[in-house]
Amino acid sequence: MICLNPYGDLSFPKTMSTHAKTRIVGASVPRKEGVDKLLGRARYVDDIEREGMWHGATVRGTIPRGFIRSIGFGRNIDWTEFTIVTVADVPGKNQIQLIVADQPCLADGKVNHCDEAILLLAHPDKHKLREAVASVQIEYDPLPPIFSIEESERKDTIIWGADNLLKSFLLEKGDVETTWAHAAHIVEGEYRTGAQEHLYIENNGVIAEWNAATGVTVWGSLQCPFYVHKSLLSVFDLPEDKVRVIQTETGGAFGGKEDYPSILAAHAALLAMKSGHAVKMVYDRMEDLAATTKRHPSRIRHRTALDKNGKLLAMDVEVATDGGAYSTLSSTVLSRATLHSTGPYVCPNVRIRSASWATNTVPYGAFRGFGAPQAVFAIERHMDEIAAAIGIDPIELRRRNFLRDSDTTATEQVMREPVILDQLLDRALAESDYYARRARFTRENPSNPVKRGMGIAAFYHGSGFTGSGERYLDSLAGVDVTTDGKVRVLVSSTEFGQGTNTILTQIAAEAIGIPYEDVIMAPPDTGIVPNSGPTVASRTSTVVGRLIERAGLQLVSMLQELAGLGLHFSLEEFFAACDRYRAANGKIESLCRYEAPPGIFWDDQKYRGEAYPAFAWSIQVAQVAVDTVTYSAEVEEFWAVQEVGRVLNPVLAGGQIEGGIAQGIGYALYEKVLLQNGHMANNQMTNYIMPTAEDIPPIHVFFEEIPFRYGGYGAKGIGELPHDGPAPAILNAIRDATGVGFHAIPLLPEDLFAVLAAQDTITEPTIV
Amino acid sequence: MNDCWRTIRFNVNGESRSLNVPPMKRLLDVLREDLRLTGTKEGCGEGECGSCSVRMNGELVNSCLVPVLQAEGACVQTVEGLAINGELHPLQEAFLARGGAQCGICTPGMLMAATQLLAQNPHPSMAEIREGLAGNLCRCTGFIRIFDSVIAAAAKSTAVDEKQAPHAR
Repeated sequence: MICLNPYGDLSFPKTMSTHAKTRIVGASVPRKEGVDKLLGRARYVDDIEREGMWHGATVRGTIPRGFIRSIGFGRNIDWTEFTIVTVADVPGKNQIQLIVADQPCLADGKVNHCDEAILLLAHPDKHKLREAVASVQIEYDPLPPIFSIEESERKDTIIWGADNLLKSFLLEKGDVETTWAHAAHIVEGEYRTGAQEHLYIENNGVIAEWNAATGVTVWGSLQCPFYVHKSLLSVFDLPEDKVRVIQTETGGAFGGKEDYPSILAAHAALLAMKSGHAVKMVYDRMEDLAATTKRHPSRIRHRTALDKNGKLLAMDVEVATDGGAYSTLSSTVLSRATLHSTGPYVCPNVRIRSASWATNTVPYGAFRGFGAPQAVFAIERHMDEIAAAIGIDPIELRRRNFLRDSDTTATEQVMREPVILDQLLDRALAESDYYARRARFTRENPSNPVKRGMGIAAFYHGSGFTGSGERYLDSLAGVDVTTDGKVRVLVSSTEFGQGTNTILTQIAAEAIGIPYEDVIMAPPDTGIVPNSGPTVASRTSTVVGRLIERAGLQLVSMLQELAGLGLHFSLEEFFAACDRYRAANGKIESLCRYEAPPGIFWDDQKYRGEAYPAFAWSIQVAQVAVDTVTYSAEVEEFWAVQEVGRVLNPVLAGGQIEGGIAQGIGYALYEKVLLQNGHMANNQMTNYIMPTAEDIPPIHVFFEEIPFRYGGYGAKGIGELPHDGPAPAILNAIRDATGVGFHAIPLLPEDLFAVLAAQDTITEPTIV
Repeated sequence: MNDCWRTIRFNVNGESRSLNVPPMKRLLDVLREDLRLTGTKEGCGEGECGSCSVRMNGELVNSCLVPVLQAEGACVQTVEGLAINGELHPLQEAFLARGGAQCGICTPGMLMAATQLLAQNPHPSMAEIREGLAGNLCRCTGFIRIFDSVIAAAAKSTAVDEKQAPHAR
């Protein structure tokens, strides 16, 4: 039952709750599921056993592109013990449903990347699977592969569609072409970013059961239960009520469990159907690294015109991403990259041409930031190159071009909410003692083999789905009340460390006016909860949080109107009123559906309008030391000042910022995905290196709060923002330290060595 | 492997256990599969991530690298052995209050590494904390709040830690 405001318009109350004094929102209440995690009793998918459960494994291709000529089974294995699934066993469509259904569930005669799933095996003893997988011999007729954006652009070999082009966008504001002639300065630059692995510590895993009467049930480590649900409906050709997806405790995701679990769930469920047993499939680290998604590599070119005062006149941007073998989420990642590529600056003439290209590698996918880290790296490195080229302080250059109240973005979105970039910048400079440190390093560097520098990045991150995305999602969420006296939050929004359980129960408790302890989360089970959309895009606090706030207020109104609840009430009175309401109506539930903030319009055709309902803003400052003996670069200290709307839980929010910065430091200086023949060669934690406890510097986090009128208790998005800035801030600091502007990440010691060792003395700034 | 199963006796979280298992089975799998102590997690299976950290005879070990025969006669402590009578250990309390755990998958191993650190060094410096936890990877927190949690627990309960860590050197 959906109660859409039967008691007056509660959706956007005149007195905005965002400014009201709150009891629970804004307090650092402990993480809802924290005690279970600390006691080791939280149940992750690999901790769960089902009766008679078998184990599944995947036989993957070994060549990047070609036809499958034959499949043979070695005589060393008694294959009668195994269940073997091929594409012929797929009862419905052999497609993983996402945006474009181009990715097969199992290879159908052809492979398009090295790690494509061809066959599935199940056996009661998981230790027997490894040898069996190795004993399947597949022969191919190879086709020529392509591995880079450049090869894909040339179109000599077409591997996807008619032209290798997964998606493209053209965004135009004003007229860049007529601007070049009267510009005082024109600065060009090309910037590249590598792939990045999520490296959640829990690998992908699911358990599936199949039964003729009830259909498919899947338990898994995943972000988006209804994405998996939708994909399984199609693979199994089943009606909605015959597929059930339940999220288990999830040990990190970062976007890496947004689309991939749809594949893994289908595989396990196919094995379950054919074997008649529950089947668990949990990847080991090598398989997870090799076969699952990563951040899109990018190449971004900027051509920028400025007047003699350093004001931006025109920005011409070309964004290219490597999408991998199938389209998966490349179109939406490209969209966000496009919309973040001009930075937090105002410019009258903008042209952005963006394209995502197919290659014969594992499809790239969602990763915290979703295209924005690539775009922010390019524009924020470029701003420092512009500053050097035209002889202006990089801070001052940014200040002269910041977006401010009532300015318009590249999509001609008017900044209606306050923009306080100047204030954030001032605070970041003060907290980091930026100018004094820079002066000291300028003085000390010439006589010190360790060169120190300060670097900055300014950026925004759009909260929620891009453009009309939230309207299409049409999310539904709410609360109900159990017979044993708990309010339950009903959402498909999932917890994977970022704090969903905690902030949504805080919001419900706040809106209803009961203690935090009396609100729990309903199980993340598609058979129980409504579809509140995927847990992605920094949308949970702001969009889903808003729905829960509205649903909580609506519940109280219902009880006051129909169950005799007073204006002020005790906990006992509240639950007594709930009992009366339930006795009269059978159940007690309050659901709310998404309503777009007023005045929001997005034109998908022209790519113009309100790209995001809200932007979170940040200034990050990095202090970096470059050792000119070892060629290592070390981040020594880091400052992050941000405006993310209302901070719902300071401890959790601080943890999001710090964790995102740590991942961003890895992106900049440590994490390199090495591809050989399109296959990840360093698919181990031994040689894919993430920052450890010894690598992370002190991180200073500061919030300025401007409640967002249409977000849950004033919240905007927070999760992705911190990952957008570290890479450019760090490379800008390295430029400050060494005088060399590096244009690509990851920037490893060997990359520093290649350039710095070639220079006897560093005098004039060089662009590499 | 099935031909040479062996009886292995060891002490887990204060309880004597006797198991008939393949001697080369990983301690991690024995804990998780045979004893159903699933608090200890597998992250990489090659001793890099530290998620499977347990304490064995007062040493921190990666249980994915220890064949169970090496645990013969040993005292093993896992995350399930940290809380006493349902009371959170001071480290667990500090992690809860200060945001030391996010997704929770590295947490059991991180708690064991922190326990080991404080058992050996009740008042570690920041550099010593960083070094003591360097074998345990956390992808969520950026470690900052884990450091805070360890400092808070050390300040609160050095004496308690000593008492609760009977296998510490």
